[in-house]
Amino acid sequence: MKKKLLSILIASALLAALTACGGSSNKTGETITVLNYGKYFDPKAIKTFEKETGITVKYEEFESPEEMYTKYKAGSIGYDLICSSEYMVQRLMNEGEVLKMDYTGLENYKNLDSSILELCTSFDKNHTYALPYFYGTLGLLYDTTKVDADAVSSWNCLWDPAYKDEVIMMNSMRDTFTPALVSLGYSLNETDEAKLREALDILKKQRADDIAYAYYVDETADAMIGEEAAIALCYSGEAALAMEENDNLFYSIPEEGSNLWVDCWFVPKTCTNQDAVMKFLDFVCRDDISEINFEYVLYSSPNNYVVEHMDEEYREDPSICPPAERVEKCVIFTALSDEDAAVYSKLWQELFAD
Amino acid sequence: MRKFRQQFLAGPYLVWIIGFILLPLAMIIYYAFTGSDGSFTLANLAAIAEDSSRSAMGLSLELGLVCTLICLLLSYPLAMILNNMNIKNQSLVVFIFMLPMWMNFMLRILAWKLLLSKNGVFNTILTGLGLGRINIINTPAAVVLGMVYDFLPFMLLPIYNSLTRVRKDWIEAARDLGAGSLTIFFKIILPLTMSGIISGIVMVFVPSLTSFAISQVLGGGKVLLIGNVIEQDFMQGMQWHVGSGLSFVLMIFVIASMALVNQFDKEGEGTTLW
Amino acid sequence: MVKKTCSRLYMALIFLFLYLPIIVLIVLSFNNSKTRVVWGGFTLEWYTNCFRNERIMSAFFTTIQVTFLSAVISTLIGTLAALGISAMKKRGKTIYLGMTNIPMLNADIVTGISMMLLFVRFMKLGFVTVLLAHITFSIPYVILNVLPKLSALNRSTYEAALDLGASPLYAFYKVTWPEIRPGVFSGFMMSITMSLDDFSITYFTKGPGVHTLSTMLYVELRKGVSPELYALSTMLFFAVLIVLLIGNVRPTKKAMLKTERRSL
Repeated sequence: MKKKLLSILIASALLAALTACGGSSNKTGETITVLNYGKYFDPKAIKTFEKETGITVKYEEFESPEEMYTKYKAGSIGYDLICSSEYMVQRLMNEGEVLKMDYTGLENYKNLDSSILELCTSFDKNHTYALPYFYGTLGLLYDTTKVDADAVSSWNCLWDPAYKDEVIMMNSMRDTFTPALVSLGYSLNETDEAKLREALDILKKQRADDIAYAYYVDETADAMIGEEAAIALCYSGEAALAMEENDNLFYSIPEEGSNLWVDCWFVPKTCTNQDAVMKFLDFVCRDDISEINFEYVLYSSPNNYVVEHMDEEYREDPSICPPAERVEKCVIFTALSDEDAAVYSKLWQELFAD
Repeated sequence: MRKFRQQFLAGPYLVWIIGFILLPLAMIIYYAFTGSDGSFTLANLAAIAEDSSRSAMGLSLELGLVCTLICLLLSYPLAMILNNMNIKNQSLVVFIFMLPMWMNFMLRILAWKLLLSKNGVFNTILTGLGLGRINIINTPAAVVLGMVYDFLPFMLLPIYNSLTRVRKDWIEAARDLGAGSLTIFFKIILPLTMSGIISGIVMVFVPSLTSFAISQVLGGGKVLLIGNVIEQDFMQGMQWHVGSGLSFVLMIFVIASMALVNQFDKEGEGTTLW
Repeated sequence: MVKKTCSRLYMALIFLFLYLPIIVLIVLSFNNSKTRVVWGGFTLEWYTNCFRNERIMSAFFTTIQVTFLSAVISTLIGTLAALGISAMKKRGKTIYLGMTNIPMLNADIVTGISMMLLFVRFMKLGFVTVLLAHITFSIPYVILNVLPKLSALNRSTYEAALDLGASPLYAFYKVTWPEIRPGVFSGFMMSITMSLDDFSITYFTKGPGVHTLSTMLYVELRKGVSPELYALSTMLFFAVLIVLLIGNVRPTKKAMLKTERRSL
């Protein structure tokens, strides 16, 4: 009897599995495969897009630009559209991996802030390859119950033994090197190995002294909301998300300067359906969708409509609208050559060898 | 003719073996012994001697051994207690101790993250009682704890099974002949359960040596095991050749350690399974 | 008496160690509070959210599809292979069994990577590659379950049936099948279990947008823990409990087979 019951159970589950199979193939038409950072696109917006156009979106996430580069270069998955940091876009452009964008269908391109487009010319001279999605800064998210606002005006708080086991760094190579390089007075685009080693020594000491509590990327907001650490190195939007949930959290861009970044969409060579991709990008640039995504990620949007209609509290938030005098000190990453990238990777691995 | 036909039934499996077992292994060996330009090299195998891989390998070995030892020390007494229980539904009790193993592997790790995190369940209760705190999340200790939790049943069961095969009358006979409890344990019980212990050790040591997810989630990116190095080589560093080299070394290592451990299995019980 | 108390205490401690995490997950799944450890009243919100959560649900259905398809296919191939192997001479048997042991002996990460290297070369990663990988690591469990039943089988009964004029298929169905059925069944259950629990191999062979529960959880865990996951774990725990009770499957079976795989 029991056996019979179980076989019925299995048979029905099997049936469910097979029908589920059929269900997904129902809406086949066009499909695009999109690769983006984690927590970087409102899933509801993807649904809307699929409903409006009938194009299915296969959505895949990554944590750091280096991870994206590997996933793309592995060639195992044919991506149609990728969003990543400007220095990675630049690197792939240099390698000839990026297709020219066809702007003719992009009606909503006019919605974008011209000053941000201007910013993009530093790595994409004629706006031929990259379309800005969000921009922001790298800075410090801190808990006012544990840290003074004065302390976080300098990167040096990250190496202060007073915050033993209270500092969250990033599981992302260049971002974690940035505070070390800048506090030494070097450029965050430094490629001289000796200088990079000095920075590595600082980071190694930070680790050896147990100041670094963890190396997170997407988990930082959650950990800071849960009051697990005093200071976290993170992107501005990650900070803004955390600040929504916990009133003791604030964001600061240290006065030594930091990294300003622009995340851009680009069409890789593996793209098989540029028409669908352009439809998607046009959708992304639409005012209402930009707003939905802005509220989901809380990074600075290049969309004029979003900026104009933003809540007052966001305007005063340094993580969303960074103060101009600090932005002036911020620098955009430049792409690393293969050799420099290898040096970075080597040092990055050394950081964790103990 | 008939006989030939029946052997033929293994045909699809043969195709499967070649396509999905031998060919993938050939791929990993190919990658392990070639550089990115496709020429033969041993550099990828030598990568294990580099600082970062060597320290990760060392840590993996250390944590794997500690985890195996803890599992053994926890399981053996428990298996003996379970085996000596004089109740009717002994199998139900064993069932209870095995049940957590059926939870999804990731969910079990998630639970420990919750318990151990800085403001997690343990610390809230402990500080509430004024007993101080446990700060082990994001350290190797938390990783070992997660491994022990995940792999404990794999140690418990083989030991329990081998204990059930030790006949009670042998022990009684020894006692009648004047042997003390310690003598009985070391002269009879332990040798007879050796094969169970060996199976348990292998079962726990291999996954704990090669895991990467537990250390990633409970180690906060700070605890780097050899599995993490390999994972990074493939998923972040774009160094497939080095990653394959390390995987190959790991493979050899696992096989060698299993051969070594099986040396102690004098009974050779495993080989007589058929 | 003291000894008995001690052993009871020891059992209780291990019991607590094993079940505390699960109890915490269950309790938190009803906790109406976003912060993890403060009790904010009873709620079923996380359960409704869990069913509404697109990622969780799609991972859940993918898991069911992969699990059942791989179990069915591997049971088929594995049973056929066991029938074939049992008819072989010693040498063929040894070779086949040696091959069968490879995926069982290898560390999961190595198996996963080796398959990824192959798939990347010849096809696109996706649902199919995950399915192929799951079938590959499930087949050995089926073979190991069926083969002992076959060697216990008295061949002359089958041959007698043939001599009496039964077709091979009919003889198989009437004579062999009833004997090996329990083995086939437990092989099927084993491959379901292994495939449900797998993380490493899926992680390396999956394509974009394809997630099983394990890989989805890994990705979500790295973004921070959300209460929907507690609800999910509670439901899965009870689902497993119910299936085990209905199926009268001993949970010991899984560990037993895993054990055998290493000691072979």
